[in-house]
Amino acid sequence: MMGTNRADVVIVGGGFMGAAAAFFLRRRGVSVILVERGLVGQQASGVNFGNVRRQGRYLEQLPLANRSREIWGRLKELIGDDAEFLLSGHMRVGYRQEHVERMEKYARDSQPYGLGLQMLSARALRERFPFLGPEVIAGSYAPHDGHANPRLAAPAFGRAAVRAGAQVFENTEIVDIGKDGDDFVVSAADGKTFRAPAVLVTAGAWANRISARFGEPVPMKAKGPQMAVTEPVPYAIPPALGVASADPEEGIYFRQVARGNIVIGGGCGREEVDLEQRRAFVNPRNTLLQFTQLPRVVPLLRNLSIIRVWSGIEGYVEDDRPIMGPSARVPGLYYAFGFSGEGFQLGPGVGDVMAELIHTGATTTPIQQYHIGRFATPVASAA
Amino acid sequence: MGQPRVIVIGAGPAGVRCAQTLVEAGLRPIVVDENRRDGGQIYRRQPDTFTRPYAKLYGTEAERAQALHASFDVLRARVDYMPETLAWNISEGNLHVTNNGRTRALPYDALVICSGATDRLMPVKGWHYAGTYSLGASQIALKAQACSIGRQVVFMGTGPLLYLVASQYVKAGANVAAVLDTSPLMRRVAALPKLLARPAVLRNGLALVSYLKRAGVQVLTGVTPVEITGSPENGVQGVVVRDRRGNERSFECDAVGMGYHLRPETQLADLARCAFRFDHETRQWLPEVGEDGRTSVPGVYLAGDGMKVLGADAAEIGGRLAALAVLKDFRFRVADEELRRLREEQAKMDSFRRGLAQAFPWPVEQAAALPDDAIVCRCEAITAGELRRTVCEMGAREANRAKALCRVGMGRCQGRYCGHAGAEVIAHAAGVPVEQVGRLRGQAPVKPLAIATYGEVE
Repeated sequence: MMGTNRADVVIVGGGFMGAAAAFFLRRRGVSVILVERGLVGQQASGVNFGNVRRQGRYLEQLPLANRSREIWGRLKELIGDDAEFLLSGHMRVGYRQEHVERMEKYARDSQPYGLGLQMLSARALRERFPFLGPEVIAGSYAPHDGHANPRLAAPAFGRAAVRAGAQVFENTEIVDIGKDGDDFVVSAADGKTFRAPAVLVTAGAWANRISARFGEPVPMKAKGPQMAVTEPVPYAIPPALGVASADPEEGIYFRQVARGNIVIGGGCGREEVDLEQRRAFVNPRNTLLQFTQLPRVVPLLRNLSIIRVWSGIEGYVEDDRPIMGPSARVPGLYYAFGFSGEGFQLGPGVGDVMAELIHTGATTTPIQQYHIGRFATPVASAA
Repeated sequence: MGQPRVIVIGAGPAGVRCAQTLVEAGLRPIVVDENRRDGGQIYRRQPDTFTRPYAKLYGTEAERAQALHASFDVLRARVDYMPETLAWNISEGNLHVTNNGRTRALPYDALVICSGATDRLMPVKGWHYAGTYSLGASQIALKAQACSIGRQVVFMGTGPLLYLVASQYVKAGANVAAVLDTSPLMRRVAALPKLLARPAVLRNGLALVSYLKRAGVQVLTGVTPVEITGSPENGVQGVVVRDRRGNERSFECDAVGMGYHLRPETQLADLARCAFRFDHETRQWLPEVGEDGRTSVPGVYLAGDGMKVLGADAAEIGGRLAALAVLKDFRFRVADEELRRLREEQAKMDSFRRGLAQAFPWPVEQAAALPDDAIVCRCEAITAGELRRTVCEMGAREANRAKALCRVGMGRCQGRYCGHAGAEVIAHAAGVPVEQVGRLRGQAPVKPLAIATYGEVE
């Protein structure tokens, strides 16, 4: 039998949320063990598009997104790594009047949250971004949003957490979480056990299995984003771009990284994936759909080639909102998962908020709308 | 149920013999090939307007080349031949192919992947300068375009191809400054018993070496590559090695052909979701194959160097075997006698293969000794030093993790050329066996795919 490791908090799942929470808990002097089945930041956190975008989020999420955005701006100083965060703006563009109205409405509604959105006419757009295609008739520019490299962000938080004193166990699969008095006992497949009076579940698409164990199942699905990347070309498209269409096939988005490659997502639905095999694939149909949509925004992109596609496994909650906050049933148990394809920008903020919640019992940022109790059924029973 | 729909990928020795065997059984397979003409790499056919005779183009292999081409000429009307067509993805029983700006999904019941091999490359400082080619590319230049890769050429690396290409260059009248083999002579002597499994091939190999020496080409064995000298403006200007006594030797040249034997092209097998295993003998991951080229995925078969590097003759046998496996699995009658004979022949090839692996080893130690400023991944310009820092400071001890953190193997070749060496650098820096480093996951497209590619969606 291996030894038992004890801490104030055990975090189950080393994605962006878990790694950031570990880091911010340590900054509050709380002792932390982070347990990850594979490597930190390997699943949804590492394969997503990399948007550091607030524009377009549900209004009720903007306080959290704002808190996160403030941390994004201080990453280098906080964790010693900027995760290639480019404060290069984010722009939504529209092809039709309905898109323009949608963008205008969002710009008005989001005004209290200080995103600084600028509506740009077709002429203003073309002066500023001459590469846009003739179909684009308006844009909503968010100057303080940007994009970053998802392959780097969560691992960088993980390393910073270790430097700050967190114990991180990678390649450690959890097989059981039980209670022993006031303590949670978290058992791993390799015989290690971890004890703590508090557990934070940040296990992404797999977290539902744990919450269900505690009688709190969440209606969610695992889906894979459909991504592609081009060969590198000279850096010319600073803002991350996306189409403000409700039609998923029109809703292509892309960003050019400083190295020159253009990362592409959307323009198609997301594929359902198998949680067991832990590998998600891109449906070639989706790649071809992206090929038809991309040149509508920037016609010149037709001249490039893609060099790689990839997918990953993300957890989508039925109502499109994450699960955040304390358990409705078990004291000391906390959740942060199910970010439904929108978690990357929120990562640092979620870590900070969850650390605050666990440490102080309350948060200064409203998250009660994400409480798991919203899915409680009268006859809920432990699985 | 009608006839099974069979697709053969590749029209080299394995693909042609596979298609032929299927046709003989009454099937009409689709043959998809990236090249403009059949023959694969080794028996690559020259453009229509070129007139070099077989003996000049293929040397000792002229007869075999001619026989393969003749077989395919007969087959052409009896298969659906798709030349200049890239198989770029596989999904749910469909092979996705692109040709001339269009892409199509071809449904299949059986897929035989005969994707061949490319050079296995070990980086050396300066190998990113213009004028550095693989041995395979050097050979393509000669066979397909009747061109030399430079005015004065050095060939460096190890393996049978090193001597074959060098002698082909000499025969064609090119100026070969030196042939520099990293394998020490003793290794070859020790491998003789296994190599004797194919005495004629061994004899041909030895004849190449003496031909080169007679032609006045310096042939050094047991060398350690130090550097390809040059500059971004002028490209390659020379090669520096240490000879087996440890003395530094320089050779002036404007082009280098490099290669350390071959590695199978396994991306399609990967996209077909075939299981892989680590082969300790050659220190690389290979698709798991059962009898006669069956993979872990029902309906997907492998043959030729794309499965395991056994050479052209074995590829012809492997192609036939895979076809027979397909036929058997679809309940066609297959002559057991034929099957037994082919398997026996193939066993001899395997003994010879192991002899080659022993005689011309993958120079692992060079990965460890690579200076920090040498580039490992040429697509992304990642140096050995950056890769080592990723391992030591960021904790990346696995190939895909290192790729995620520092871009090694992330570029347009997807690690096909640097993946093996990158894994060795990681293994050495992390102090773990190379099999623990794993292998880079293959992703579509197999080669870059133009966004302008048009395809009917559904």
